Amino acid sequence: MPERIKPSQTDESFRQELLSVLPHLRAFARGLCGRADFADDLVQETAVKAWTARERYQAGTNMRAWTFAILRNHYLSELRRNKRQTDLDEGAAERMLVMDADQEAPLHLGDMEQALHQLAAERREAVLLIGASGFSYEEAAEIAGCPVGTMKSRVARARADLARILDGEPQALSARTG
Amino acid sequence: MNRPNGSGPAGKVQGLPPGIETPPKDGEPGWASGLRKLYNSVVEEPLPDSFQDLLKKLDDSDDA
Repeated sequence: MPERIKPSQTDESFRQELLSVLPHLRAFARGLCGRADFADDLVQETAVKAWTARERYQAGTNMRAWTFAILRNHYLSELRRNKRQTDLDEGAAERMLVMDADQEAPLHLGDMEQALHQLAAERREAVLLIGASGFSYEEAAEIAGCPVGTMKSRVARARADLARILDGEPQALSARTG
Repeated sequence: MNRPNGSGPAGKVQGLPPGIETPPKDGEPGWASGLRKLYNSVVEEPLPDSFQDLLKKLDDSDDA
Protein backbone atom coordinates (compact mmCIF):
# COMPACT_ATOMS: atom_id res chain seq x y z
CA MET A 1 0.00 0.00 0.00
CA PRO A 2 1.43 3.39 -0.93
CA GLU A 3 1.82 5.40 2.24
CA ARG A 4 2.97 8.50 0.47
CA ILE A 5 0.70 11.36 -0.32
CA LYS A 6 1.32 13.31 -3.47
CA PRO A 7 3.81 16.06 -2.68
CA SER A 8 1.54 18.70 -4.17
CA GLN A 9 -1.27 17.67 -1.85
CA THR A 10 1.03 17.81 1.14
CA ASP A 11 2.23 21.22 0.09
CA GLU A 12 -1.28 22.47 -0.39
CA SER A 13 -2.47 21.37 3.02
CA PHE A 14 0.68 22.79 4.56
CA ARG A 15 0.01 26.06 2.80
CA GLN A 16 -3.56 26.17 4.02
CA GLU A 17 -2.46 25.51 7.58
CA LEU A 18 0.25 28.13 7.31
CA LEU A 19 -2.21 30.70 6.01
CA SER A 20 -4.61 29.94 8.82
CA VAL A 21 -2.03 30.81 11.46
CA LEU A 22 -0.96 34.11 9.90
CA PRO A 23 -3.40 36.20 11.99
CA HIS A 24 -2.03 34.61 15.16
CA LEU A 25 1.53 35.18 14.06
CA ARG A 26 0.71 38.83 13.46
CA ALA A 27 -0.76 39.19 16.93
CA PHE A 28 2.20 37.48 18.57
CA ALA A 29 4.71 39.52 16.59
CA ARG A 30 2.88 42.75 17.38
CA GLY A 31 2.91 41.88 21.04
CA LEU A 32 6.60 41.04 20.97
CA CYS A 33 7.91 44.06 19.14
CA GLY A 34 5.14 46.61 19.56
CA ARG A 35 5.32 47.91 16.00
CA ALA A 36 2.86 46.97 13.32
CA ASP A 37 5.21 47.39 10.36
CA PHE A 38 8.09 45.50 11.93
CA ALA A 39 5.68 42.82 13.14
CA ASP A 40 4.27 42.25 9.66
CA ASP A 41 7.75 42.02 8.19
CA LEU A 42 8.57 39.41 10.80
CA VAL A 43 5.45 37.44 9.98
CA GLN A 44 6.11 37.45 6.26
CA GLU A 45 9.71 36.39 6.74
CA THR A 46 8.53 33.71 9.15
CA ALA A 47 6.02 32.40 6.64
CA VAL A 48 8.67 32.15 3.97
CA LYS A 49 11.03 30.39 6.37
CA ALA A 50 8.28 27.99 7.36
CA TRP A 51 7.42 27.32 3.74
CA THR A 52 11.06 26.68 2.89
CA ALA A 53 11.39 24.33 5.83
CA ARG A 54 8.09 22.54 5.18
CA GLU A 55 9.89 19.27 4.54
CA ARG A 56 10.84 19.26 8.19
CA TYR A 57 7.30 19.82 9.38
CA GLN A 58 5.69 16.60 10.49
CA ALA A 59 2.00 16.18 9.98
CA GLY A 60 0.20 16.39 13.27
CA THR A 61 2.62 18.92 14.71
CA ASN A 62 0.95 22.02 16.07
CA MET A 63 1.42 24.47 13.20
CA ARG A 64 0.86 27.43 15.46
CA ALA A 65 3.54 26.35 17.93
CA TRP A 66 5.92 25.43 15.13
CA THR A 67 5.62 28.77 13.37
CA PHE A 68 5.63 30.77 16.62
CA ALA A 69 9.02 29.26 17.41
CA ILE A 70 10.32 30.25 13.99
CA LEU A 71 8.99 33.78 14.41
CA ARG A 72 10.39 34.09 17.89
CA ASN A 73 13.87 32.99 16.85
CA HIS A 74 13.80 35.22 13.82
CA TYR A 75 12.74 38.17 15.95
CA LEU A 76 15.61 37.62 18.36
CA SER A 77 18.14 37.39 15.58
CA GLU A 78 16.75 40.58 14.02
CA LEU A 79 17.07 42.31 17.39
CA ARG A 80 20.67 41.19 17.66
CA ARG A 81 21.37 42.34 14.14
CA ASN A 82 19.80 45.74 14.74
CA LYS A 83 21.71 46.03 17.95
CA ARG A 84 24.96 45.55 16.12
CA GLN A 85 23.96 47.96 13.40
CA THR A 86 22.77 50.78 15.58
CA ASP A 87 24.84 50.24 18.70
CA LEU A 88 21.73 50.66 20.79
CA ASP A 89 21.55 48.80 24.02
CA GLU A 90 18.50 46.64 24.31
CA GLY A 91 16.90 48.95 26.85
CA ALA A 92 17.07 51.89 24.49
CA ALA A 93 15.61 49.83 21.68
CA GLU A 94 12.79 48.75 23.94
CA ARG A 95 12.01 52.32 24.91
CA MET A 96 11.87 53.38 21.28
CA LEU A 97 9.53 50.56 20.48
CA VAL A 98 7.28 51.61 23.31
CA MET A 99 7.15 55.15 22.04
CA ASP A 100 6.27 54.06 18.53
CA ALA A 101 3.53 51.73 19.60
CA ASP A 102 -0.21 52.02 19.40
CA GLN A 103 -0.80 55.48 17.95
CA GLU A 104 -4.30 54.47 16.92
CA ALA A 105 -5.23 51.97 19.57
CA PRO A 106 -8.11 52.72 21.92
CA LEU A 107 -6.80 54.11 25.16
CA HIS A 108 -7.22 51.11 27.38
CA LEU A 109 -5.58 48.82 24.87
CA GLY A 110 -2.85 51.42 24.50
CA ASP A 111 -2.24 51.30 28.22
CA MET A 112 -2.15 47.54 28.01
CA GLU A 113 0.33 47.68 25.19
CA GLN A 114 2.53 50.14 27.01
CA ALA A 115 2.50 48.05 30.13
CA LEU A 116 3.39 44.99 28.08
CA HIS A 117 6.40 46.77 26.72
CA GLN A 118 7.67 47.71 30.12
CA LEU A 119 8.15 44.04 30.85
CA ALA A 120 11.47 42.31 30.42
CA ALA A 121 11.49 40.70 26.97
CA GLU A 122 11.39 37.15 28.34
CA ARG A 123 8.43 37.90 30.56
CA ARG A 124 6.58 39.67 27.77
CA GLU A 125 7.05 36.69 25.52
CA ALA A 126 5.91 34.34 28.28
CA VAL A 127 2.72 36.18 29.10
CA LEU A 128 1.90 36.57 25.42
CA LEU A 129 2.26 32.85 24.83
CA ILE A 130 0.30 31.78 27.88
CA GLY A 131 -2.07 34.64 28.60
CA ALA A 132 -2.88 35.75 25.06
CA SER A 133 -2.09 32.97 22.60
CA GLY A 134 -3.44 30.28 24.88
CA PHE A 135 -0.56 27.83 24.68
CA SER A 136 0.05 25.34 27.44
CA TYR A 137 3.13 25.84 29.60
CA GLU A 138 4.71 22.85 27.89
CA GLU A 139 4.11 24.27 24.42
CA ALA A 140 5.26 27.73 25.45
CA ALA A 141 8.44 26.32 26.98
CA GLU A 142 9.16 24.48 23.78
CA ILE A 143 8.59 27.58 21.69
CA ALA A 144 10.87 29.65 23.90
CA GLY A 145 13.42 26.88 24.26
CA CYS A 146 13.40 26.87 28.05
CA PRO A 147 12.40 24.44 30.81
CA VAL A 148 8.73 24.36 31.78
CA GLY A 149 9.53 25.58 35.29
CA THR A 150 11.32 28.60 33.86
CA MET A 151 8.32 29.39 31.69
CA LYS A 152 6.02 29.16 34.69
CA SER A 153 8.09 31.54 36.76
CA ARG A 154 8.42 33.99 33.87
CA VAL A 155 4.66 34.04 33.47
CA ALA A 156 4.14 34.51 37.20
CA ARG A 157 6.58 37.42 37.23
CA ALA A 158 5.03 38.96 34.15
CA ARG A 159 1.60 38.77 35.76
CA ALA A 160 2.88 40.39 38.92
CA ASP A 161 4.58 43.12 36.88
CA LEU A 162 1.45 43.81 34.86
CA ALA A 163 -0.71 43.93 37.94
CA ARG A 164 1.69 46.37 39.55
CA ILE A 165 2.04 48.56 36.46
CA LEU A 166 -1.63 48.68 35.55
CA ASP A 167 -3.21 48.72 38.97
CA GLY A 168 -0.65 50.33 41.21
CA GLU A 169 1.63 52.73 39.43
CA PRO A 170 -0.02 55.27 37.15
CA GLN A 171 3.28 57.18 37.15
CA ALA A 172 4.93 54.39 35.27
CA LEU A 173 2.61 54.95 32.32
CA SER A 174 2.68 58.71 32.25
CA ALA A 175 5.51 59.03 29.75
CA ARG A 176 3.32 59.75 26.75
CA THR A 177 -0.23 59.79 27.98
CA GLY A 178 -0.10 63.44 29.08
CA MET B 1 -9.35 27.05 14.93
CA ASN B 2 -10.78 30.50 15.38
CA ARG B 3 -10.21 30.49 19.09
CA PRO B 4 -6.69 31.44 20.09
CA ASN B 5 -6.67 28.94 22.91
CA GLY B 6 -7.87 26.00 20.93
CA SER B 7 -4.55 24.18 20.94
CA GLY B 8 -3.47 21.24 22.98
CA PRO B 9 -5.53 18.43 24.36
CA ALA B 10 -8.41 19.62 26.45
CA GLY B 11 -8.34 19.03 30.15
CA LYS B 12 -4.61 18.43 30.29
CA VAL B 13 -3.85 19.80 33.72
CA GLN B 14 -0.32 19.45 34.96
CA GLY B 15 -0.88 20.23 38.61
CA LEU B 16 0.21 23.83 38.38
CA PRO B 17 0.92 25.56 41.65
CA PRO B 18 -1.85 27.88 42.79
CA GLY B 19 -1.35 31.43 41.61
CA ILE B 20 0.27 30.34 38.37
CA GLU B 21 -2.69 28.38 37.19
CA THR B 22 -4.92 30.30 34.85
CA PRO B 23 -7.65 31.82 36.99
CA PRO B 24 -11.30 31.45 36.04
CA LYS B 25 -12.38 34.12 33.60
CA ASP B 26 -14.71 35.94 35.94
CA GLY B 27 -12.17 36.02 38.75
CA GLU B 28 -9.19 37.21 36.75
CA PRO B 29 -7.64 40.67 36.95
CA GLY B 30 -8.80 43.24 34.42
CA TRP B 31 -5.52 43.37 32.57
CA ALA B 32 -5.74 39.67 31.75
CA SER B 33 -8.78 40.22 29.56
CA GLY B 34 -7.15 43.42 28.29
CA LEU B 35 -4.20 41.38 27.13
CA ARG B 36 -6.42 38.94 25.28
CA LYS B 37 -8.38 41.81 23.79
CA LEU B 38 -5.20 43.41 22.57
CA TYR B 39 -4.08 40.14 21.04
CA ASN B 40 -7.44 39.28 19.53
CA SER B 41 -7.80 42.75 18.07
CA VAL B 42 -4.80 41.93 15.87
CA VAL B 43 -5.93 38.37 15.15
CA GLU B 44 -9.21 39.71 13.85
CA GLU B 45 -7.68 42.34 11.57
CA PRO B 46 -7.87 41.47 7.90
CA LEU B 47 -4.46 40.69 6.46
CA PRO B 48 -2.86 43.83 5.05
CA ASP B 49 -2.38 44.13 1.29
CA SER B 50 1.32 43.53 1.69
CA PHE B 51 0.50 39.89 2.38
CA GLN B 52 -0.77 39.37 -1.17
CA ASP B 53 2.83 39.20 -2.34
CA LEU B 54 3.55 36.60 0.28
CA LEU B 55 0.69 34.44 -0.90
CA LYS B 56 2.03 34.64 -4.44
CA LYS B 57 5.48 33.74 -3.22
CA LEU B 58 4.14 30.59 -1.62
CA ASP B 59 2.32 29.75 -4.84
CA ASP B 60 5.29 30.32 -7.09
CA SER B 61 7.90 28.49 -5.11
CA ASP B 62 6.59 25.02 -5.80
CA ASP B 63 9.71 24.17 -7.73
CA ALA B 64 12.04 25.30 -4.95
